[in-house]
Amino acid sequence: MDTPILEMIDIKKSFSGIYALSGINLSLEEGEVHALLGENGAGKSTLIKILGGIYRPDSGTIKIKGEEVEIHGVRDAEMKGIGIVHQEIVLVPQLTVAQNIFLGRELMGSFSRVKRKEMNIQAEEMLQNLGVSISPTTSVSSLTIAQQQMIEIVKAVSFQAKIIVMDEPSSSLSVEEVEQLFQIIARLKEKKISIIYISHRMEEIFKIADRITVIRDGCYIGTKKNGETDVDELISMMVGRELKEFSVPKKQISKSDEIILEVKNLSCRPYYSDISFQLHKGEILGFAGLVGAGRSELMESIFGARHFTKGEVFLRGEQVHFFNPMQAIKAGIGFVTEDRKKTGLVLGNTVSFNLSLASLDKYQKGILLEKERMEESVQYYTDRLNIKSAALDVKSTQASNLSGGNQQKIVIGKWLATMPSILILDEPTRGIDIHAKLEIYNLINELAEGGMSILLVSSDLPEIIQLCDRVCVLKEGVMTGVLESHELEQENIMRFAAGGESA
Amino acid sequence: MRNRIEKSKVPHIISDNIGIMVVLLILCIIVSLATDKFLTSGNIISVLRQISINTYIALGMTLIIILGHIDLTVGAVVAMCGTLTVGFIVNQGLPVELAIIGGVLLGVLFGFINGVIVSTFKVPSFIITMAMMNVANGIAYVYSGGQSTRITDGFFISIGTGYLFSLIPLPVLYMILLIIVISFLLVKTRFGVYVYAIGGNREAARLSGIPIRKIEIIVFTLSGLLSAFAGLVLASRMYSGQPSVGSGYEMDAIAACVLGGTSMAGGKGSISGTVLGAMVIGIISNGLNLIGVSSYWQLIVKGIIIATAVILDSQKEKFKRNAIIRK
Repeated sequence: MDTPILEMIDIKKSFSGIYALSGINLSLEEGEVHALLGENGAGKSTLIKILGGIYRPDSGTIKIKGEEVEIHGVRDAEMKGIGIVHQEIVLVPQLTVAQNIFLGRELMGSFSRVKRKEMNIQAEEMLQNLGVSISPTTSVSSLTIAQQQMIEIVKAVSFQAKIIVMDEPSSSLSVEEVEQLFQIIARLKEKKISIIYISHRMEEIFKIADRITVIRDGCYIGTKKNGETDVDELISMMVGRELKEFSVPKKQISKSDEIILEVKNLSCRPYYSDISFQLHKGEILGFAGLVGAGRSELMESIFGARHFTKGEVFLRGEQVHFFNPMQAIKAGIGFVTEDRKKTGLVLGNTVSFNLSLASLDKYQKGILLEKERMEESVQYYTDRLNIKSAALDVKSTQASNLSGGNQQKIVIGKWLATMPSILILDEPTRGIDIHAKLEIYNLINELAEGGMSILLVSSDLPEIIQLCDRVCVLKEGVMTGVLESHELEQENIMRFAAGGESA
Repeated sequence: MRNRIEKSKVPHIISDNIGIMVVLLILCIIVSLATDKFLTSGNIISVLRQISINTYIALGMTLIIILGHIDLTVGAVVAMCGTLTVGFIVNQGLPVELAIIGGVLLGVLFGFINGVIVSTFKVPSFIITMAMMNVANGIAYVYSGGQSTRITDGFFISIGTGYLFSLIPLPVLYMILLIIVISFLLVKTRFGVYVYAIGGNREAARLSGIPIRKIEIIVFTLSGLLSAFAGLVLASRMYSGQPSVGSGYEMDAIAACVLGGTSMAGGKGSISGTVLGAMVIGIISNGLNLIGVSSYWQLIVKGIIIATAVILDSQKEKFKRNAIIRK
């Protein structure tokens, strides 16, 4: 091969005297998909921000096509052909696809008139080039997350980007949508565009990456060619330990016969209809399906956060109908929502504030809150869930300063503090690193072994297969199958979730 | 045990309000250098009395803003309650106590209506409270025909002009009591935690089982109550009910909150900050008066000082971060 299109050599960066990156190397060939792998906090984001011109490195060299360069800012990075697709989507929802693609560099005619038609035509071309079938005049707010992500990619390419960084692009996509993403990546490769692909999902990486670079705690660990390594090796590179300690555990005690929750013919069109299932004491009942299958909405209804139009819910044999979350919480249900930042946490407040938020009843004495008892409880759950932050005093740290995994633990802790008998977990491990993931898996198992019943909504198939006693599969709001533990295989679930058959 | 060491020895009330405290200190130094009338016990008491009305309103406003809302009705409620209470006594001949209860209930009603509309229809509080501001103003003018009404009733007058131990003006005493009560509510009770949670993340609060509607109605009602009380004390101090007072009071209250570090985005703020903010505003007016700056010029100077203080305060986070790095 010729000179690499991008070389980052011995990149160092420190914040407040602490090294975030201590000598990272990365080289990217033309038309290569290069996976960047590392736990949360390993320094991936910092490296990407350096490449994107948001941070300046303390030392090290960046070469583009063999020429040493300095990247002075976001615009400069774009000019040098570097496009970044961030994990969180940064489009303006009210504007159209074309307006978003041309945002900040609109095509102007005379008298500062915006050439709307011209922009639409060009946008259409760009979209077709990558095989994205979305009209440029659609408003972004009406698109799915996956489609929005594709618009982000198109936007990056439209800057004549030669290098595109995708930061966990698949984290909120369904299996089907990930497939579409891969097709786009393949097209980009054909156009000799190089891609840095950040993801936690091993299978994806093995599917599309040419090479894989692993970093850990800000250090460069190594680069492997796809086909010359395996999952075990990569994980031990990532975590610095042998894989054995990290294998996903299986619950030891099986569910009891006692039915704690029964849902009969529950409907809330257009989200879901005619859903029935039973949840046993100590059971982990999974809900699989594609994104948008109506699983989250179903859980919201059970929790009283969304009205349902038809059907019945029985809690310990008695019919219940919760009109708000308060009633559900009092009845012993907890709900770890899908989006911890939007619906789980008060990000601007402290860990301890968030941990006690749903269980303040318990510390009420007269009109006062018993702060000491509250602090004890907060301390208990901080320890129990191993919540950590860079600051010494975790409890008074602002929640937004914690890593994703630790934020997720706060949300779980908040609900455990209410002492629920049923815990609903909606995508509890999305976007968190493998270490935190395993901690949460162990916790879920322990809780179920202790008699808590769990409804687990997850799009991560290996996760749902490892953890669940049984799995309900939803497709477009309808339950297409219930799989017993011995039937739990990815192919089975996918057949019910996406396939034409139904049970 | 590590975290014990980490706990700073500086009380929260100082470390959280360091920006506004510096501003207050500089202001005091400048004014006392400019005039020796400033640092006299008489003047200090007078400043405290001057800020008391604004502080009552700003206390309610702090809760409103932490909740993520705004209440523009407060100034008009001050005028309405003052005018009508005085009118009830002078024109209708109601017993003073009854008139006071009536006037205050009217303010409470306005707050309650604001709260119900905002929480039920999810309309922006800015618009609704602005509309209600017009209604309250209108009521004051319609009732009084735009005229101010003099009152000479001894008990009524003593509410705003009396002294405790012939030393502390009663309005200052009320202010201190209200600060204690509202701080207590915000810091020590579940209600307070809920206010912060709703302002910080409404959806997370809802899903945590927090009765958002109830809290919103309570807070708006409380704001109405405090404004009505402010109107009462003001009318008493002026020996009259005047429908034209109170305009712009909402802005002074909001300024006090913002100066004190309350975030307009909701979820953050403190009573101590607001009280300091009210003091800054009070000392600006007092100082400029003492120096002899005309009231028109005062507006300009006050505006500039408030803007500067807020900018300085917004840089606080940066200072903090730099301080950590230097360590």
